Formats: sequence, C-alpha cells, structure tokens
Amino acid sequence: MKKLVILGGGTAGTIMVNKLATVLDPSDWDITLVDEYETHYYQPGYLFIPFGIYTKEDVMKPKRDYFPTGINVIMSTIEGVRPKENKVELSNGKVLSYDYLIIATGSKIHPEETEGMNGDGWRQNIFDFYTVEGACALEKFFKTWEGGKLVIDIVEMPIKCPVAPLEFAFLADWWFTEQGIRNKVDIEFVTPLPGAFTKPIASKFLGKFLEKKNIHLTAEFNIGSVNSDKNKIVSWDEKEIDYDVLVTIPTNMGAEFIADSGMGDDINFIPTNPGTLQSKAYENIFVIGDATDLPSSKAGSVAHFEADILFENFIRATENRPLKADFDGHANCFIESGFGKGILIDFNYDVEPLPGKFPLPGIGPFSLLEETRMNHWGKMIFRWVYWNLLLKGAELPIEAQMNLAGKRRS
Amino acid sequence: MPVKNFAGKQVKVDEEGFLLNPDDWTEEIASELASAEGIDELTDKHWKLLVFMREDYKENGKIPTIRRIKNNAGIPVKEIYSLFPDGPAKKAAKIAGLGKPEGCV
Repeated sequence: MKKLVILGGGTAGTIMVNKLATVLDPSDWDITLVDEYETHYYQPGYLFIPFGIYTKEDVMKPKRDYFPTGINVIMSTIEGVRPKENKVELSNGKVLSYDYLIIATGSKIHPEETEGMNGDGWRQNIFDFYTVEGACALEKFFKTWEGGKLVIDIVEMPIKCPVAPLEFAFLADWWFTEQGIRNKVDIEFVTPLPGAFTKPIASKFLGKFLEKKNIHLTAEFNIGSVNSDKNKIVSWDEKEIDYDVLVTIPTNMGAEFIADSGMGDDINFIPTNPGTLQSKAYENIFVIGDATDLPSSKAGSVAHFEADILFENFIRATENRPLKADFDGHANCFIESGFGKGILIDFNYDVEPLPGKFPLPGIGPFSLLEETRMNHWGKMIFRWVYWNLLLKGAELPIEAQMNLAGKRRS
Repeated sequence: MPVKNFAGKQVKVDEEGFLLNPDDWTEEIASELASAEGIDELTDKHWKLLVFMREDYKENGKIPTIRRIKNNAGIPVKEIYSLFPDGPAKKAAKIAGLGKPEGCV
C-alpha cells in the first residue's frame, strides 16, 4: 500500500484530491487529507462582502462535501513535516508517514508583522478583507460611515490575488456613488509597487482606470508602521499618509509549520520547481497553490492550472518517468471594475497581460484588458463554476498553459 | 545589450543599468554605481549589506529580499532604508552588481 498525504483542503488541495482519487487504485493507494478547518470559503467572494453584494453564507460550504469518498480526512493543525523521515506530525498527536506528500496549505495575512496595525484601531477603523471576519466587519462599518478618507494599502508583495486591492478600490468608488456620498469620500490607493500593478502594460491600463475614477495613486510607499492614535500610516523612510479608514492588505505568509519544518523561505513559502511543481529539496514532495515560492500570482486560477500539471507529474513520479516542466505561470483574473463592468487579464511567467479575446481567439466572449459587461458576468458566474466544477477537478474549457492566439502585442 | 564603462572596465548591463554578470562586479564598480544612485560614500554599514547580498545570492541563486536581509544579516529595516533611500531592494541589488529583483505578481 502506497501512502499519499495531502496537507491543506482549500482550493488547490481539494482539486488535487478529487483528480487523484479518481485514478489512484484504492487497493494500492491510501490517501489522507489533513486540514484544520471544516469550512471551505470561496475567497474571491470576500471582495464583495463589504459592499453587501455577497453575505457570509454566500461564500461558505462544508469542506467535506467536496472531498471524494474513500479517502481519509483528518481535521487537525499540523505540527510539522519531517521530510527526511517522510513523516508528518499532527497537533492531535498522530504521526502520518507518506510515500508522497502534496503541500497545499496556502497563505494567510499577518497584520502583526506591521508595527501598530493590529492594535487599538484593528477592526475599529483598520480593516482587512482577506478574511471573512475582516470583510464582515468592514461591511458593518461602511453601513454607517458618512465619508472621509479611505486609504487602501498593500504592505508588501507577494499577496494573494494581486488584483483584489484594485477591485476593492473600483467597487468602493461605485458603492459610495450609489450611496450618494462619493463627493464626501477621498480614495487613496497606496502600494509598494512602482504603479497600479506589476506588469507594465496592465499597470498603465489599470492606472488610467484609477485616474478616471478619481482614485489617487501613491506608488513606492513601503509601510513601516501604523500610528492608530493619529490615524496615520508611516513608511520606512518616514513619509506619512493620513486616513479615516484604513483597508490594509497585510503581509502574506505561508503556514507556520513550514518554518518549523525548515522547509520555507523567509515568509514560509516553499522553494518549488517553477515548471514541475516538485519541491526543490525533496523528490517525493510536491507543492501547489499559494504555498509555493513561485513568481506567479497567488490565485485560485493559478492553483487550478497548476493542478493539471501536478496531476500529470504526480502520475509520472509514481511510474518513475521523468517529470514535465510544463507549468508556465499561467494566471487568469477577472477584475471587477464597478458599475456592472469588469476587465479580464490572462498572463504567465513571461508574457504580460495583453489585449485580445478570450478564451476563443477573435471571438471571446470575454475581452482581455478591456472593460465590458460580459467580463463582469464572467466574474459573477465564476462562483457557480468554482463550487460545481472547479473544486471537483472537472475539465474547464481553458487550457492550463497560456495561449498567445487571440492576443495582440500592440 | 548596452555596455558601460566602469573604472576603466567594459561591463555588460541591461537597459536599466543592472550588471548582467555578477562576476564582473568589483568594489570600484560598486562605488561608481553608488554615486550614480546619489550615494556619495559607501560606509562600512553599506558594505556589510552589499557583501551579505552577494554571498546570499551566490549560495541561493536569488537576490535577497529586505526581510531576508533583516533576518539573516541582522540589519534593521529602518537602517536599510536610510542606507539606500528610495527603494533599497532595487538600489542595493544594483550596487551589489546583481540583477533586478523579480517583481512578484
């Protein structure tokens, strides 16, 4: 009996277990999935909660509903991995041994990494929207807020879903317009990046959107601390920005057990082969989703594309065949831009987001790097796709590798 | 690719002036790169950071992040910013003769 252990039952772990459980013969394979929480959150939905578009219930489902039958599910926190002994230690005292390990434990926000952030102002007038608690607290706050200065600040890269802070800014512009108080709300978008986004063409395109929506962009601001007595954020080089309400995207880090196991980089992400998704240090360990240190987006779409490649490579590894370095960093993100419209970007490690049509070249129905109503509907329909197709590991009509057809260079 | 003349030596650089080959780097080149970035004199504190970056790069093949410099070289973030003002990650990498740090998306 061979043993496969999957750590993490979020987007990536759930897709992987569904793909593998259908092909690995149960008489040869023992599959165990470990996760610490019973609830699966549709994380792309957090963005919509502060504006009353989704409720908490809209983004929650029991994790176990999405796991295949015939696997072992253990709900426990993870103490650590002993990769040289092929063992995982759980907090409930159990020790699991494995032949293959897939790590899909994602990333989490760490407001405590920034001095003063989670002090007196936390969830009073300082909020995150990367947790369900943060998103709900912000919804409550916005309900009675009469206006003032809203600052959206990215602490440091990398972050999960790098377009979400921009979407938040666009939706805030729309929502305060709907409330009739947009003229009383100043929106400032503060980022350590040199522009609205990292990749030059998209950065310019999205920067223009900020301008059009009267959202002030402050680039290259590296926050060092929050002074919540005076409602100020202060950069490492002592520049200051005042806020009435601060929406922060705190430091993102991988799971703590990764640090305790000596397997991560300085923010607990695991050095991973960018093409094969095998751990750089251990042949029988694979890494997927936000847990990797890859220079691709930390996003569900990326986890989904990685799953196709990892599935192939996992089977190859079990058959002693060479792995394929097929993962190209492909990401595909709908960007909600407010007023019932959206923008779509599709890119990989080497090719930045370009304009064009997607997924059918020349036809669409979605338009790349362009604002359309159809793109907005793509984003809204995606929640259904996520729960009903994506998590179950079903084939979607989008290739894992990025396609240049249908994209324009100029 | 452009070539630049540093301290009498022809060195290949990218469009933004980052050295293409870290092995071309010398202390004289570092001083010239630094003054082009508005740092008139490289003090011992600057050198400690630059040397750490180069050694860490040699070992791991990755340009260290500010957090990594703080954790492993024991230099407080505030000091890193005062040594290399306005974008220390990029600036220090450039003066250390390393490439441009990967932007993370």
